[in-house]
Amino acid sequence: MKLLEYQAKQQFAAAGIPIPQGRLARTPAEAGAAARELGRVAVKAQVPVGGRGKAGGIAVVDTPEEAEREATRILAMDIGGYPVRGVWCETGLDIGAEFYLGITLDRDRRQLAVIFSAAGGIEIEKVAEDAPEKIATLWPDPFAGPQPYEIRQMAFAALAHAPQLRADAARLATQVVGLTEKLYSVAVSLDALTCEINPLVLTPDGSFIAADGKLEVDENAHYRHADLAAQLATDATGDDGRTGDDAYEVEAQRRGLTYVHLDGNIGCIGNGAGLVMNTLDLVKQQGGEPADFLDVGGGASAEKVRASLEMVLLDPAVQGVFINIFGGITRGDEVARGVIAARDELHITKPLVVRMTGTREEEGRALLSAAGITPAASATEAAAKIVALTRDQS
Amino acid sequence: MSVLVDSSSRVLIQGITGREGGFHTEQMRAFGTNVVAGVSPGKGGLDANGIPIFDTVADAVAATGANVSGIFVPPPFAADAIMESAASGIPLSVCITEGIPIHDMIRARAFVQRCGTRLLGPNCPGLVTPGQCKVGIIPNHINIPGPVGIVGRSGTLTYEVIQGLGQAGMGQTSSVGIGGDPVLGLSFSDVLALFADDAQTRAVVMIGEIGGSDEERGADFIRTSGFDKPVVAFISGRTAPPGKRMGHAGAIISGNTGTAQSKIDALTAAGAAIADTIEDVVRLVAGRL
Repeated sequence: MKLLEYQAKQQFAAAGIPIPQGRLARTPAEAGAAARELGRVAVKAQVPVGGRGKAGGIAVVDTPEEAEREATRILAMDIGGYPVRGVWCETGLDIGAEFYLGITLDRDRRQLAVIFSAAGGIEIEKVAEDAPEKIATLWPDPFAGPQPYEIRQMAFAALAHAPQLRADAARLATQVVGLTEKLYSVAVSLDALTCEINPLVLTPDGSFIAADGKLEVDENAHYRHADLAAQLATDATGDDGRTGDDAYEVEAQRRGLTYVHLDGNIGCIGNGAGLVMNTLDLVKQQGGEPADFLDVGGGASAEKVRASLEMVLLDPAVQGVFINIFGGITRGDEVARGVIAARDELHITKPLVVRMTGTREEEGRALLSAAGITPAASATEAAAKIVALTRDQS
Repeated sequence: MSVLVDSSSRVLIQGITGREGGFHTEQMRAFGTNVVAGVSPGKGGLDANGIPIFDTVADAVAATGANVSGIFVPPPFAADAIMESAASGIPLSVCITEGIPIHDMIRARAFVQRCGTRLLGPNCPGLVTPGQCKVGIIPNHINIPGPVGIVGRSGTLTYEVIQGLGQAGMGQTSSVGIGGDPVLGLSFSDVLALFADDAQTRAVVMIGEIGGSDEERGADFIRTSGFDKPVVAFISGRTAPPGKRMGHAGAIISGNTGTAQSKIDALTAAGAAIADTIEDVVRLVAGRL
């Protein structure tokens, strides 16, 4: 779950991190009112993707009329596929220098990393590539959290690469200690996988303020943050019901299925994430294009198989479905019953190819054959078969 | 010989009274695993089909000498279960649970390291030493003893390889599923190191997938440690688009990291044979034994 900029900033502010004054506007009139109250503002599209500025989703305005006009334009935009449902109108900042401060999951070290750099305002990945020496990193003890001395070490290391700030380094490092402790508390309390301020602006009077905010919450921890999810859903949905998320993926989530929508025409269903990924690879190796990734999980019932087929076939681009099952806990006869029920109840006429092995494979194959669905002997053979059958169709 | 578990393993099941825990405990017993205890807070003193249940892992260890724990506890409580097992001195915890919050796992993993014990998983199928011991959910009937060591991220693909090798007459010393989460206990390199020291293991199959760089680190280990057994590697997710989570929490390409190609390149450079399909894995292993 990726929070919108203004939601991230509200979390930062609640933890004591300074943010510019701002108002959320869902209509041009609200944007005008915000400008009347705050004066010169930046009108910023609220979408959960980067590149807003480049796309024209941010405008700096001097008057309420201008704010209304720009808000009208921006609220009509789609950015990265996401309809803009709101704009965040916030006071402009005098910028002395731009920094980066972020917390992210370091998969290699299997712990959180705190990253600080005096080269802010650009993507940190780009800095890491072009000038890695400008990035200072700290891996805090997961139980103790970052300690002031190690944050100071990190701050001084990064500030060493900003000669113009050297005279002020000690004072800045002290401020970074406070900011890092606060940002870390946000990251931990919200189960954030990414929690970053970029740019972290140093104003000419020498104080830090979070000019942007990015916060991504771990999907596994959503149950602890239902309030945020609800707010996000409200903010993302407009009168047309569109959220910008893939409509099929939203529907699959509603149905409790693990599904990823892709661009091709061959529906893919299997049990186990690795096996389904491999199913997609096999289809591609045979010259086909997968339409989705759907994992029925372990021990799938006939009903779940039926529901999965129904889900995959919602996408009209799908011309045939490849079902790839390794029977461990999952039983072949159960899968076969689900496939047959789906075909008969949903009146499926598109080709279905089933590859089934493992527990009760004989029973499963017998059921399928009796129902006129030919089971394939190997996954590679099945992939070749579905590719051929869908090619004949198109 | 084998790695991590064998016929002397005394297995404890945390979450034995749950649906999954209960079902798989019986499967493990049918396999021949010596399940000596179950833990379910509040149900101490009861039994599960004759297996004594304890309120705490410490009690279970004191009473039964359990030395491996299989964890089938729901996600909100699983990290705590891992720490309880490690704190009770159990040398190996195997966590099957999928969906544990990542921050919980970061702490649990650090805790396990401090205790000096080992964690396999989470979100893994467990491990099996054919003919001796199984902890986890790998199907019973596919495992036969033999000279191949298997280490994989994905459960079902690991089963596919076990079955494929078995049908061609090649069994395993041990098969180890490390799991599909971004924050894991044992890594590819850790398990490769165990197979390196196991005299009976004559070839190793590595089953990786997109996301992170554990496969690349495994390749580094093969290259730099003098690993002298043939390795056959299979990587799934070659066609997965960037930025999409493919089922497993850890199976996601972020920017330039975690691509199948990067893993294939690293493993090729380390001298591993790359298999394009499961049939290829079987063929390549057969040619190297």
